Order: sequence, then C-alpha cells, then structure tokens
Amino acid sequence: MVTSPGDAVEDQTKRGLTLIAPPFAYALALLAGPLMAVLIFSFWSQDYLTIDRSFTLKNYAEAVTDPIYRVILGRSLLISGAVTAITVLLAFPVAYYVSFHVKPSRKSLWLFLITIPFWTSYLLRIFLWKVMLGFNGVINSALTGIGVIDEPLTFLLYNANAVVLTLSHAFAPFAILPIFVALEKIDRSLLEAARDLGANAMETFFRVTLPLAAPGVVAALLIVFIPTVGDYVTPAQVGGPGGLMIANMIQTQFLALNNAPMGAALAVLAMAAVTVIAVAIVWLSRRLSGGAR
Amino acid sequence: MLRLYVWLFLMFLYGPILLLPVFAFNDGTIIAFPLQGITTQWFGKLTTNSELHSALGNSLLVAGASSALSVLLGLAAARAGVRYAFPGKAGMLGLIMLPLVLPEIIVAVSLLVVAVQLFGLSLSLWTLVAAHTLICTPFAVAILNASFQALDPALEEAAIDLGCSRAETFRLVTLPLIMPGIIAAALISFTISLDEFIIAFFLTGSETTLPVYIWSLLRFPRELPVIMALGTILVILSILILTLAEWNRRRGLARAGAKDTGGFL
Amino acid sequence: MTDAPLIRLRGLQKYYGDYHALRGIDLDIDAGEFFSLLGPSGCGKTTLLRVIAGFEDVSEGTVLLAGEEMTRVPANKRPTNMVFQSYAIFPHLTVAQNVAFGLRKHPDPQAEKDRRVAEALDMVGLGGYGARASGALSGGQRQRVALARALVLRPKVLLLDEPLSALDKKMREQMQVELIRLQRQVGITFILVTHDQEEALVMSDRIAVMFDGEIAQMAEAEDLYRRPVSRRVAEFIGVMNFLPAKLTGTDVEIAGLGLVPLEALQGVADGDGAVTAGLRPETATLLFDGQTAPDQEAQGAIAEVIYYGDMTYYDVRLDGSEKPIRISMRNVFGRPVLDIGAPARVSWSPGAVTLFR
Repeated sequence: MVTSPGDAVEDQTKRGLTLIAPPFAYALALLAGPLMAVLIFSFWSQDYLTIDRSFTLKNYAEAVTDPIYRVILGRSLLISGAVTAITVLLAFPVAYYVSFHVKPSRKSLWLFLITIPFWTSYLLRIFLWKVMLGFNGVINSALTGIGVIDEPLTFLLYNANAVVLTLSHAFAPFAILPIFVALEKIDRSLLEAARDLGANAMETFFRVTLPLAAPGVVAALLIVFIPTVGDYVTPAQVGGPGGLMIANMIQTQFLALNNAPMGAALAVLAMAAVTVIAVAIVWLSRRLSGGAR
Repeated sequence: MLRLYVWLFLMFLYGPILLLPVFAFNDGTIIAFPLQGITTQWFGKLTTNSELHSALGNSLLVAGASSALSVLLGLAAARAGVRYAFPGKAGMLGLIMLPLVLPEIIVAVSLLVVAVQLFGLSLSLWTLVAAHTLICTPFAVAILNASFQALDPALEEAAIDLGCSRAETFRLVTLPLIMPGIIAAALISFTISLDEFIIAFFLTGSETTLPVYIWSLLRFPRELPVIMALGTILVILSILILTLAEWNRRRGLARAGAKDTGGFL
Repeated sequence: MTDAPLIRLRGLQKYYGDYHALRGIDLDIDAGEFFSLLGPSGCGKTTLLRVIAGFEDVSEGTVLLAGEEMTRVPANKRPTNMVFQSYAIFPHLTVAQNVAFGLRKHPDPQAEKDRRVAEALDMVGLGGYGARASGALSGGQRQRVALARALVLRPKVLLLDEPLSALDKKMREQMQVELIRLQRQVGITFILVTHDQEEALVMSDRIAVMFDGEIAQMAEAEDLYRRPVSRRVAEFIGVMNFLPAKLTGTDVEIAGLGLVPLEALQGVADGDGAVTAGLRPETATLLFDGQTAPDQEAQGAIAEVIYYGDMTYYDVRLDGSEKPIRISMRNVFGRPVLDIGAPARVSWSPGAVTLFR
C-alpha cells in the first residue's frame, strides 16, 4: 500500500473512509437498496393495481411451472450462450492479429478502427441490421439482384438467429478488447523459448499462447454473456415473437401487465441464473488453468 | 489467411454502419433497395423537428449532469481505492463497481420499483440522471484508477514538502496531472448516458431522451430517413469525440512521461 | 559546533501495525554536516528520513530541529526539504516553475524570486534551462532540478532519499562529487539515505549504519571501515575475511595466522572461548621473491585468482585453515600474476585484525 503524505495508520483509515463514503452511500441507496426492494417485491403479489404485501412464493411457482416463462428464460440463456460463444470465437483471431501482427505504433489505430462502429447509437445499429436482413433489405436485394434467389428470403429476420447475429455484432469489441489486453501482456520471449525448446507453431499456440490468454478469454465471455442475457432492444426489434427474451417479458410485466411482483421475480431469477453461470465460468476456467500448470 | 479474415471481420463490423449515409441521402421514405436518387431533405427535416430538438436537449442535459456526478463520485472512489487502506475496502469498491456486471434491465427494474412502487415518486429527467450516474460511475472509477495509479505519490509529497497544504497540493499538482483522466472519464460517461436506452425507457416520464425518441420513431417508418440523417451526424460526432478522447489520452501519457502502450479504454 | 545540535532525535519508535520499523533511535546531527543513513532495504533508514521530513508520525519519541519541538509539525511547516528518490519533478511545469514552486507564498518581490530561481539553477549547473519542459530532461538533469528546487528555499536541512540510485554508474560517480561540492558551497546540513556503502563512505562526514530499525554503529567513514563494531557491520561495509579464533588468556590463536598477543588486536578484549578474527583484503599482502615480512608471516597456497586489470584478487588457503582468505594486490609493472596452486607467503599485521564475538 502506498502511504499518503504525513499519514499515520489511523489517519489512512479515516481519510480512506471519508473519501469512499459518498460513492459508497450512493451505490448503497441506488443499487443495493433497490436490489433488495426487487427481492422483497418478488415475494409479494399484485392484483391489477393493488399490491398484496403478504409473503408468497406464488410468483416463483408460476415462473417455474408456466411454460411461457420457462421457455423464455431458457431461450434467453441459450441465445446469450450462443452469442457469447460466437462472439468470442470470432473475436479471438482479430485480437490475435492486432496483438501479434500489427506494428506497435499502429495498434492504437486498429483498436480505434474496431471500436468506432460501436459508438454509433445502439438503437440505430440494431435497426440497421433490420435493414440488412429485412424482406426488402440489403441481403435480399443483393441476392435477388444477382439472380441467386427469386423471392426474398423470409427466414433472415424475426427469429432467434437474427437476435444472435445482431448481438454478436453489437458485442464484438467487448470481446476483442480484453482478449487483446491479455495477449499484449504475454512476454514474447516465452513464445521464443517454446520454439527454442522444440515446439512447432501450432504447439506453441495451444500450449503457451492460449493458456496465457485465458484470463482475457474468460473476461470476454463474462463481458458478453452478462449484458446480453438482459438485452431488451435487440429481441424486441429483430427477434419476432419467437426471439423474445427475458428482458422483454420483465418489461411487459412491469409496464404493460401491471404485475410488478411477477416482473421482480423474473428479474431475480434472471439475475440468479446469470450469477450461477458467471461463477461457473470463472470456476471452470480456474480449474482448467490450474490443471494445465 | 488471418489477414483476410480480419478484413472480412471489419466488413462485418462496418457493413451496417455504412448503410447510414446511404439512406440518409436516399430520396425515398422506404429504407430498402433499389435507391431512389439523392436528396438532403432528411437533414433539412432534422432542423425543423421540435420533438427531436427537445429530446436531444433532454439527452444532453441528462448526459451532462450524470457525467459530472459520475466523475465526482469516481474521483472519490478511485482516490480512496488507490491511495488508502481501510477496512471493508474491497466490499465497498465491489458494490460501486457492481453495475458493470449487472444487466441494465435489472438496474432499470430495481430503480423503477423503488421510485414508483415504493416511494411513489413521479419520474423525471432527474430520476434518470440518478440512474445514469449509477451506471457511469464504475467506468469513471476504472479510468481514474489508472490516472491515480500513474501518479507518483512523491509528487504530492514534494508539493507538501515545498510548503503546500493538502488543498493546494490537490489544486496545483494532483488535479492538473489527472486532468486527462477526468476528461476521458467525463467523455465516456457522457457517451454512455447519451446512448443508454432501456433505463431511460423505464425511468423517464413525459420527457423523453434521444434514444427513447428514436425508439418511438422506429415504429413509424415514414420518419426513418430522418433517423438515418440523424444517425449519420451522430456517427461523425462520435468519431470526433473519440478522436478527441484519444488525443487527450496521448497528451496525458506524454505529460506523465509514460510510453504509449497502445490501448484506449 | 558549540550550540545544541541542529537535529536531535530522542527515543524514536515507529510501528506499522505489528511491524516495528524504528526501535529507539537517538541521534544528534550538527549544522553543516553531511550525514548518511546507511543500511539494507527494510532497515528503517527511509522511515527515519521521512520522520525527520514530517511525512511519518512517530509512535514514540521526539524530533527537535534547531532546538524547536517538531514532532507533531506537518511536513509543509518544517525547515527541511527533500530530494525524492524518483525526483518528483512536476511534469506539468517548466524547470523554472518547478524550482519556483516552494517560493509561491514567499514575501519576496517577483524579481527577487526570479533571481533566486536563476541562482539556484546556476548552482546546479542548469543555468539557462529555466524555460525547458521538465518532461524532456535526462535523469541527471531531473536530479539537479530536484536539488535546485529544494535548495532555493534555503532549508536548514536537505534530505536526500537514495538520490543517485536511478542513475547509471558514471553519472552516479559524477553526481557524488557534485553533491559534496554543493554541500560545502551552501553549508546546509545534508542527510543522505543510501544502501550503497561506497556512496556513503565517499560522501559523508559521518555515517549511521542501520539494521532492523536500530542504529548499529555511528562513526566517521574511516572509523567505520577500520573499526566496525560487529561482524554484521563489517560485512556490510566493504569486504572482510573472517577466520575462526580462540582466546586463551592473554593470547589469541587465529586459524592459519597463528598465536598473537591479544593486546595487539582490535575489538573484544577479554574473556575466553571462540571468537572471530576479521581481516580486510588490502591489509594483508603476498610476499614475492626475496621480500620479507615486516611483521607477521603466514604460509599457504593460491586457491583462486581473479584478475581486474589494475588489481588482482587472490584467494589464499592458509595452512591450518579451511576457508581461503581474500587478499587484494595492486598490480605492479613487471611483476607476474601468480598461478592457482602456487605456494604463497602472506604478510600481515595484528593491528589490522579486528576480533568479533
């Protein structure tokens, strides 16, 4: 710990606490408190506009037994899982290229190039995918134009695949950046050492580069998985009825159906699922990298 | 091989974005091929759309206020985290950083529950400012952490040694040296707030922000070319802001005498 | 110095939680002294310096500067200034702005301040560098700016925290000489913290060697080198050969060197039993053909030869002793370097031997 000018140990504690107090109090009031409130709410029930504050597990029972909720929660996790896998797989070679094959002086520019599309309005980007995939969209126009198909393809838009594609696009840089950072940290002499000790390029990659990049890959997995589970806009825009996800259902419960307790229960379940999977990813990666050592 | 793949990937990244200017200048209300000829009328309509103007005004207000608050809270948290040891530090910082790993819908729902269902508050732009401050603060903390870590503690000691009080030391030494970090944190927070939809959708009352307004337009295709024009302008603006941020970062590095390690963010 | 010492430290104790960093430091430093705190890392020397500067509180004890009680006075109100290990040159200010930083609230008119800044820069050999951006300076130049910035305030004490450790060997040696010159010129008390025994010997009037939060020995450079009070100090300052020895009444039996009267040696004077005899490499010499020992002579064989150009280090295994002792010889024109295995005659003096418990 770096000490600050003229501080005794007690002073350190006092100053640190004084400084952290405002942001901590803010997070306590606007995050911890509200999250607790959601948890409490999920054990209540609502009949039209009146809220019954007696404890009940009814919402959870309904969420688990009613196929609508089960299907939609399962689909959310499945879509997110697919998006995460695809995004990280697509991103790794790009991160690898920028880290290993781009001159150091131009790396900044490349990262810039990769991130620029993502500072465009999120809503517009998703809408543009609608334009790409739509009935009269870019892909259909192009394909009919060159005569590959006669009728526009209708399976491109308004289904789970469209959601996966659009989200993979939206989260690409979030996967590239952590992997890139992890690759940058790898001491290049380790790779030379591996070659020197007789490993070929393939073996060097799988036995040295990849294990060392693992923390970045894990970070990428989490960074993509966690927010996509709760994504609302993409499924609402390109998902169609078969591509809706849990956030859409939560929104419906809160704003359209006036069943806030049910929405709260779904939010708690979604959060629990995300937490369990995130912890599992971290635990698995620890075990895997622990075994490799 | 790898090179080819990377270029294909870049095409995938840029493909949709490149459509923006195409349809912004396309003389037709339907966003589809074939193109209809060139017009600038959609840009013209931007200037006369009062709903758009008020949404943009609201967005700038919310983004301005929440980025300012985030930077202030971020300064306190980052300073405490980098310089001081105190009990409960990891837990407190953990809670402050938690919004980074929470789906935004959860933040939106939880604040809605508290604000409306429990306290019966009426929603306004200020509830949104409060929520955006919450989600932007972790980003500000992360950036300012790096700034404080790069700051040699001996510099502050030197100022005190040369007769400065704590306040003078902060004003004359600390603040100028972490200014690039403050600007970067403010820019990132501003951009995040400006683009945030789902929380704004839940928490704004009658006054809408730009993303909420765009959302409403997406249901009326007649207005779509106007959005394309707006989007084109936004892309150019964000490239400008990003370039500015990058320039600012490099200046900060040059100041601190550090080597350019390449990455921003 | 007829008055009370400039710095008087009494009974200083410092705890960091359970860690006992300073264990009862008593120290007087006179005005105009060049004083060094020497010790390995973690010995408490930097903590002690920071206590004098006012950056660290003490758990117990008092700090007096120029007769005034300073124990609880913060750093910005003390008549001390510091040259930091990292130099801590403000990167957003020019060289002149850095030097003028401490003069901000000084009552002097601006012109006078400018003159003092220019004078301070001249003094450290950076005249004309005032307008330069501090980011573009070399390590040696940063060091000079740090010196000028502290000296321009005319402090009673200048504290230097490992000021030369970031410089390369050549630059370090040059700055050592310059610091001595500068200290004589300004007459300010310098307190230097260093882990480099050579640096301390070269620069200081007096040296305090610290181990584990305590002062192990405080003496002038030559005394410290010649008469270390413990084996640990002797090992830390320069090189010393250690030979097992046995006290027998008024005589000492040293392995390989033989029986000598106790009164001829330095160090522990009485008692019986096993002790250690210490001998610096340069105090013994090899005898070449025809030379005779002026005092004592011992026999052995060359075990290792390390050639340094101007010097040769010989490791000699003395008859009756297992561990070889090192002897350093200045190379003389026309005299051959001995080979490993050659017989060796060693000339030595009991007066150069120090006994340790």
